[in-house]
Amino acid sequence: MVMKKIPKEKLLWMYKTMVKIRKFEEETGELFFGGEIPGFVHLYIGQEAIATGCMAALEPGDYITSNHRGHGHLIAKGGDVKRMIAEIMGKATGYCKGKGGSMHIANFSLGILGAFGIVGGGVGIGVGAALASKLKGEGRISVVFGGDGAFVQGIFHEGMNLAAVWNLPVIFLIEDNGYSEGTVSWPKPGDPRKTRNIKNLRDIGRAYGIPGVTIDGNDPIAVYDAVKEAAHRARSEGPPSIVHCLTCRQRGHYVGDPQSYRSAEDIDDCAKRDPIPRFRKRLVENGVTKEEELTKIDEKIKGEIEEAITFARESPDPDPKEAYVDVSDGVEV
Amino acid sequence: MPKKTFADAIYEALKQEMERDPSIILMGEDVGRAEGIFGVTRDLWKIFGEERVRDTPISEAAFIGAAGGAAICGLRPVVELMFCDFFGVAMDQIYNQLAKIRYMSGGQCRFPVVLRTTIGGGFGASAHHSQVLYSIFAHVPGIKVVVPSTPYDAKGLLIQAVRDDDFVMFFEHKMFYAFAHIEGEVPDESYTIPFGKADVKRKGKDVTVVATANMVHDSLKAAEELKDEGISVEVVDPRTLVPLDTETIVNSAKKTKRLVVADEDYIYFGVTGEIITRVAERGVPLKAPPKRVATPRVPIPCSRVLEEEILPNKEKIKKTIKNVVFPSK
Repeated sequence: MVMKKIPKEKLLWMYKTMVKIRKFEEETGELFFGGEIPGFVHLYIGQEAIATGCMAALEPGDYITSNHRGHGHLIAKGGDVKRMIAEIMGKATGYCKGKGGSMHIANFSLGILGAFGIVGGGVGIGVGAALASKLKGEGRISVVFGGDGAFVQGIFHEGMNLAAVWNLPVIFLIEDNGYSEGTVSWPKPGDPRKTRNIKNLRDIGRAYGIPGVTIDGNDPIAVYDAVKEAAHRARSEGPPSIVHCLTCRQRGHYVGDPQSYRSAEDIDDCAKRDPIPRFRKRLVENGVTKEEELTKIDEKIKGEIEEAITFARESPDPDPKEAYVDVSDGVEV
Repeated sequence: MPKKTFADAIYEALKQEMERDPSIILMGEDVGRAEGIFGVTRDLWKIFGEERVRDTPISEAAFIGAAGGAAICGLRPVVELMFCDFFGVAMDQIYNQLAKIRYMSGGQCRFPVVLRTTIGGGFGASAHHSQVLYSIFAHVPGIKVVVPSTPYDAKGLLIQAVRDDDFVMFFEHKMFYAFAHIEGEVPDESYTIPFGKADVKRKGKDVTVVATANMVHDSLKAAEELKDEGISVEVVDPRTLVPLDTETIVNSAKKTKRLVVADEDYIYFGVTGEIITRVAERGVPLKAPPKRVATPRVPIPCSRVLEEEILPNKEKIKKTIKNVVFPSK
């Protein structure tokens, strides 16, 4: 059994991390509806196995670039949920002092080199981080997160090609949730909509002379294995890789999205593929742990998120003068 | 002091800074073995190796973005965008990412990136290889904008740019390389020129001409010719548009009480309007309405006749100065 190769501690960390992301996102959705969050919020619900499996395979010093649907990336990379909710609420105690908000929440000291609100916007940054690591001989690798939406951006392809020709330690991790905002991404019988012609993006690797895999993105172990292999290759001066994770987005593109473009059947199907109950069942069935232990984890996470919300609510707003700080030094604003 | 060309000055700045700081890398199209399209990077690839002097694919978005990522992770990239006109394919990286990530992240990172690019027309290269466009970048928060006009300024400002921890765009007029051969005295040793300090290139008392890049030279020639007609022209070169040395410009206008702005970028919503506004906002009393000499709102044409029709030049500057000094004539 594949699970047996992974220590129990790591498997439980994966479960805990997925539950933490889920609970965080559910509460974030509620806070948004309650009017406590400015701007737009894009939830990671349904995709938890990807960030979790990926970060489980990385070293703490490795880099990632995140995106507008990035809360899960930050939590899995070790983000403090208190400072995260505070940032999403625009508070002074947030990771970005309230300047970034939901779409730009990042902690650079955890190796998260920004979260990008422009689809595909972080690809170049991630490739450049890998270049720095290579030139400095640091052995760090860089994971560029992008969805099926980002995959059809020009810079995604420029970035894959540049990383390939310069042989940089990059993993292009594509979270394919089937929708590019409100448009179906890959062809389905009887549906004229599509944003690309092929389903399995592993095949794209051939165009750039780099390896690619397409995997079940709702299985954290599958993601862990694929990223582990790609990371090993990158650290051994091998080529960059594409890890294409098939998943699904349980909620809308943004909180409040009526999803008029999506059938009830598709939404149901996605709920059935939920990675968390599936992983929970596997852990118990494989004798890794017992139901009670997992329920205890659930309870603990619930308390942690509640505490974080209280912290954020009680946190001060930024000083209005903070608006002028961190632009360009010595330049009139 | 030895005389050097503009390209010599840029080359020397890059070489001396790369010798000083091993974290500096160069990236861009043809900056390595091709030795730079305008002969600026020359043998740097031989001296510093092809890891530090990197020829790139024609993927401006990817390599400008990569410079940003490398800067966050401890390198100091100097990137060359062969012609400023090419910025369109990389604009998201420039104005949304490199310019904003420091701010969006609450100051968690810095961007010691210099993006060098070339500007300007005058040799019939038409609409995609002749524009100036720095107004666009000066408009956006998070970008410092440097526009040297002499070899001396180019070297000192480039060294300053490389040492700056913020994102700097550095605009070099192509005429300075290929056709005009503007030589000037440039010290062999390293030196810096601070940003936000305009340089009065010529002192005068009747009219202030604020001029940038190639227009500095045309304005100086115009000033020399107008001396014989009894007009004393002061020429102020801002050298950096962001930050802009409003004080020096305003003080000059206060002294001469007349203002002309000469700039090769498109005329509307840009540098010329901004400089006139700065003077107006300070309530400087002028004897005549301020005027500007710039490129009208048309794409740059190829034909020499057509191009000459639209680009600002010495004659147009002279005419405008006379108009401001003798408004009734």
